[in-house]
Amino acid sequence: MTASVQKAGTETALEVGRLVKRFGDLTAVDGVSLQVRAGECLGLLGPNGAGKSTLIRSMVGRVIQDSGRVTVMGHEAGSTEARLALGWIPQELSIYPRISCRENLGSFGRYYGLKGHALKEAIAWCLHWAALEEKQDDVAKTLSGGMKRRLNMAAGMMHRPKVVLFDEPTVGVDPQSRNRIFEMIEALRDAGTAIVYTTHYMEEAERLCDRIAIIDHGRIIAEGTKEELVEKTFGRCSQVLARFAGETEAIEAWAKRHDGRVTHETAEFTIEQAGEIAPLLDDATKAGLELVDVTLRRPNLESVFLHLTGRELRD
Amino acid sequence: MIWNVARTALIALKRDRGALVLSFVLPLAFFSIFAVIFGRDNNTTPTVKLIVVDQDQSQASRALVKGLEDETSLVVMTRPGAKSKNAPAPADYTAATAETAVKAGVAPVALIIPEGFGQHPIAFGPGAGGSTLELLNDQSDAIAPQIVVGLLQKVALTSMPSTMADEGMKYADKYVGGFTPAQKAKVDEGLQELRKAEADGKTNAGSGSNSAGAGIVAVNERAVVGENKKSPMISFYAAAIGVMFLMFTASGSAGALLDEAESGTLERVLSTRVTMTKLLAGKLVFNTGLAFVQLVAMFLWGWAVFKLDFFSHLPGFAVMGLCTAFAVAAFGMLLASLCHTRAQLGALSTLVILIMSSVGGSMFPRFLMPESMQKAGLLTINAWAIDGFEKVFWRDLPVTDLWPQVAVLVGVGVVLFLIARRVARRWEYA
Repeated sequence: MTASVQKAGTETALEVGRLVKRFGDLTAVDGVSLQVRAGECLGLLGPNGAGKSTLIRSMVGRVIQDSGRVTVMGHEAGSTEARLALGWIPQELSIYPRISCRENLGSFGRYYGLKGHALKEAIAWCLHWAALEEKQDDVAKTLSGGMKRRLNMAAGMMHRPKVVLFDEPTVGVDPQSRNRIFEMIEALRDAGTAIVYTTHYMEEAERLCDRIAIIDHGRIIAEGTKEELVEKTFGRCSQVLARFAGETEAIEAWAKRHDGRVTHETAEFTIEQAGEIAPLLDDATKAGLELVDVTLRRPNLESVFLHLTGRELRD
Repeated sequence: MIWNVARTALIALKRDRGALVLSFVLPLAFFSIFAVIFGRDNNTTPTVKLIVVDQDQSQASRALVKGLEDETSLVVMTRPGAKSKNAPAPADYTAATAETAVKAGVAPVALIIPEGFGQHPIAFGPGAGGSTLELLNDQSDAIAPQIVVGLLQKVALTSMPSTMADEGMKYADKYVGGFTPAQKAKVDEGLQELRKAEADGKTNAGSGSNSAGAGIVAVNERAVVGENKKSPMISFYAAAIGVMFLMFTASGSAGALLDEAESGTLERVLSTRVTMTKLLAGKLVFNTGLAFVQLVAMFLWGWAVFKLDFFSHLPGFAVMGLCTAFAVAAFGMLLASLCHTRAQLGALSTLVILIMSSVGGSMFPRFLMPESMQKAGLLTINAWAIDGFEKVFWRDLPVTDLWPQVAVLVGVGVVLFLIARRVARRWEYA
């Protein structure tokens, strides 16, 4: 269990109970149940079309569900109380491009009912949090990609929500800005904010998230800490990654005989003991495959995801 | 290679419905509107409303009125319309009430046939001593008085043959030396027959060409509206052009809604305390204000450059300006909510606004149009707004007289906004 999970409170900030949402014949969310506590960051991972966006929008109160319930700090999603307790950072840059950073923050602050001194204070806090103080009078569309992202995040924080939904906040951001964004999110989490974080980058989930829920075809197919997911999926097994020169068909046929799979020209196997490696490679030699390199590793979050969904996260 | 480039352009055009509409539907729509206004059945003369006051009540004057009534290009009114079906018929127009009616815009022209007209109805040449008809006109309609004068000469020639012959006899007596008693008896006999035919309505007065006569009846034209205006059509064009461009601005401004929907900002705003109704109302307020400021700028420019009498009409301008701005802003909101992209909005707004502007009188005055087209124009915001501004700046009517325009523009604005709100539900929830 990570340090931050230990820090997380016992209060349930966000709760999703048996949520179902259908669009015609398509069931986008199929009986999802989740809980996020104050000070906890829940990573929501899933391939494209898995139902992440519909789930996030349900939390915001922008979806009329077929059944189930979503509550934010005990209030029905979409209610005024829930709106005031929730911050939503959409994946798209949902800011006004033709007005300045300060004016953007002012507009969103007023939409949340802030005015006077409280509004000024919130703008100052957000500018500081997003490290945009020096750019506060710059028009939003003239900012760099990373700064726009930070402004996009700050606009959702004006009312200091207790629950924040980050929907892929680092898309198209350079590594330096990404680090800055991580620090902003970590600061929030450490201050007791409950966070739901969706991403296509496994390393982000590993760094930021205390718990991870993997969603596919509208269902939560695994949930827990990174270690718990690896343990549940692979037990004490390790992974062998072997790269060969030769025809792809021959490599795939060999991998299939040993319950492995081939991705990016690398054959991947799960083994329980190191002794299983030698027979595996002997059989490859017999099959006429020329070994280029071989790696033995402990499965990671990406292995879990691939194993459970059959797809890579960016698919 | 050239063919490939053309082929790609064709595929792109097929996918772009907005461009297709602009390329094909808009020209056809405009062609049809202009054809209806100016070209149908070679009858290019619009119908003119004419108030007639017959103070003479002689055989000649009645024949003249009858001749005018038979003209298909004229709608002759001798008395105001009854207020309701069962109400008693109102009294005939007098010279005073006819003038008031022209000032109020009931008709652009009023003809006063003075007492004694029957004694000397026509005059061959200037200064010949015939009676003078009085034509009261509204200068905002430059066409109607000319049509009436032309038709008046024609009708005088065709509807009063006995008078013509009688007057001819007098001229013969004066300048030729007169007829012998036998000739005179014969002529009198013929005149009696003509008078009988006129009384029986057997003279041919209602057909033939519309060309104007050469001054058989003397007419004194007097402008009763706009006689003191320095620039007669400036207020009309300020309103007409202003409303058209207001509509383009309003639809463009309302299009921000589509940008926000596309960027996700709209959904984000709706996740705050702002509801869709509040959001649309906020944009309506802004767009109304923007449109009003545009109108102010336009009329101020008219005042500064074209001597438009702006500052003595401020209350009327404020009322009409705000009502017009509100209706136009709501119209823009509806267009934006009906569209899914900026491109769609551009195509739809161009199509609808240009058609409304041409039918509603923003491109050319409605009095030039056929009666049916003038009525169709009342379905547009342009027509009501222009009529209202005309009442303020041209007829100098009090603000209370603007109630029909105010009621229609505000009503239209409310209805369009409610429809826009209904259509905008698609953005609210999935």
